[in-house]
Amino acid sequence: MKNFWRIRVGKHNLGDLTFHTVNGIVMIFIAVIMIYPFWNTIAVSFNDAQDTLRGGITLFPRAFSTYSYESVFKNKLMGTAAVNSVLRTVLSTVFGVLVGSMIAYVLSRRELIGRKFITAYFLVTMYISAGLIPTYFLIKNLGMLNSFAVYIVPGLVSVYNIIVIKSFMQSLPDSLTEAAMVDGAGHFRCYWQIVLPCCKPVLATVALWCAVGAWNQWFDTFLYASGADHLTTLQYEMMKLLSSAMQSGRDNSSIFGNNQQMADTITPTSIRAAVTIVASVPILVVYPFMQKYFVKGVTLGATKE
Amino acid sequence: MSKMQKTLKRLAGQKVLFLMILPCMIYTFIFSYYPLSGWIMAFQNYKPAKGYSGSTFVGLDQFKFLFQDIEFWRSVRNTLAMSLMNLVFSFVFAIVFALLLNEIKSLGLKRITQTVSYLPHFLSWIIVCSLVSNMLSTNDGMVNNFLMAIGLIDKPVLWLGEQKYFWWVTTFSNVWKETGWNSIIYIAAISGIDQALYEAAELDGASRFQKMWHVTLPGIRSTIVVLLIMNLGWVLNASFEVPYILGSGLLQDVSQTIDIFVLKYGMSIGNYSLATAAGIFKSVISLLLVFGTNAVANKLGENSLM
Repeated sequence: MKNFWRIRVGKHNLGDLTFHTVNGIVMIFIAVIMIYPFWNTIAVSFNDAQDTLRGGITLFPRAFSTYSYESVFKNKLMGTAAVNSVLRTVLSTVFGVLVGSMIAYVLSRRELIGRKFITAYFLVTMYISAGLIPTYFLIKNLGMLNSFAVYIVPGLVSVYNIIVIKSFMQSLPDSLTEAAMVDGAGHFRCYWQIVLPCCKPVLATVALWCAVGAWNQWFDTFLYASGADHLTTLQYEMMKLLSSAMQSGRDNSSIFGNNQQMADTITPTSIRAAVTIVASVPILVVYPFMQKYFVKGVTLGATKE
Repeated sequence: MSKMQKTLKRLAGQKVLFLMILPCMIYTFIFSYYPLSGWIMAFQNYKPAKGYSGSTFVGLDQFKFLFQDIEFWRSVRNTLAMSLMNLVFSFVFAIVFALLLNEIKSLGLKRITQTVSYLPHFLSWIIVCSLVSNMLSTNDGMVNNFLMAIGLIDKPVLWLGEQKYFWWVTTFSNVWKETGWNSIIYIAAISGIDQALYEAAELDGASRFQKMWHVTLPGIRSTIVVLLIMNLGWVLNASFEVPYILGSGLLQDVSQTIDIFVLKYGMSIGNYSLATAAGIFKSVISLLLVFGTNAVANKLGENSLM
């Protein structure tokens, strides 16, 4: 048997050739499994709703129609949801990066009095959390229920991001800030004009984490702002569509109107497909450009733990 | 100058640093430390109208009630089962995927597979659950269609309607979403292995699989161990979204996790004290796991250094 796999076929032996073929096929199979569900959803979202019910849509739309998207974009609640999703993503990212890098800068200063204590003070919060109910009461007592602030304020400080930024800052040469200090720059100027510009790669990574996290968040809307239609987000609308589909199997997406004419041209399946695509397009658009930052971040976070 | 004065002088010099950090510390106190005072609810019969001071104190009664509740223990079981299955399968799949990807010679195929496999990581759980429910649908779902096409089943299986499949559904949703992403770190570790080891193994006549087994795997062993231990500490935090979204009423017996129990008793039923008690139980176990596994990690770290 061993000799059989050593038979030469051109430049390679039979064993190598078989392995590479099988391995290549396995990889293609995995890639297909990863992309197909999403690709199929795109096809469904661009297919006529009634036609989709006949089944058999796989890679491409059979009866092309943009009606699902039109009804999503015309829907007022979806418009509000999109605006809120964008707003919360932008604000959380900007504030998250600013606050995170500021704390990281202070903690990276070796001369800081009580540095050990202050670092531990932040680190501990990574491991101890009060849990859902006490946090809910806190938000309630702060008057943030059903207010936009609930999307920005509670998640402002992420200790994990601070650790990642801090270890990057500590790898910068000390001479960088020393020279500025000698010239009379204060700590804030050092942070803002010298250290921050040097941290661009790590800030890009952290900004992306913040942005993806904020964009994909739905639980805070569900818990803290489900009573306010003007605070809904795309992910939360998606959640509502999905859970009504899960419960009834065939609801008629009541927010899109119940009249018969509408029901003929849109179906829960098509609306859900269209919302899925709308809610993931921003990520798909930035993803190819940002992949290297994401990947860098993972290895950074793991090696500097 | 006394020591005290020296410190004060240094403090004055660091005025700006403290101006930068103090607001953040106050913020952290409000959002992370102060809510811990809410744990008092678990020892009371808490009524929001009466507040902490007005509610009656019941000692450990809430915990006693909780530990006698079969629904709670079922939630604990479900949490542990789904978390451990997630942990084991996502590790195995990520490592095998990294090993196989590493053997791919064609750079194009390698890059495409990598890019595509990271993608699900960035989709939200809501969207992933929606895709999963589409794929598993009995009505034209891809999985049923595929299994029927190759003849393994002759009528569609109700994947999302039967209790016996549910843990596997959550596990493989997780595997689908995170395998590519989790493999990044192993691919990085593999690329750090000394090429001379492979050449030496080749000279000794090692086959491809022998090289994988005796060179690559030992080369990434420390990465595997560290990640395994780190993840073990977070095991209880890993199971909320998929069971919550996909586990409908019929599946509650197998889908309800501790987090869902807390959400249900706290937010829907309004039994804040009991929900808080369950939350404390989870926090304490998590904390023990984190410290326990950290201790093991330190020990193993020392061993591998020796």
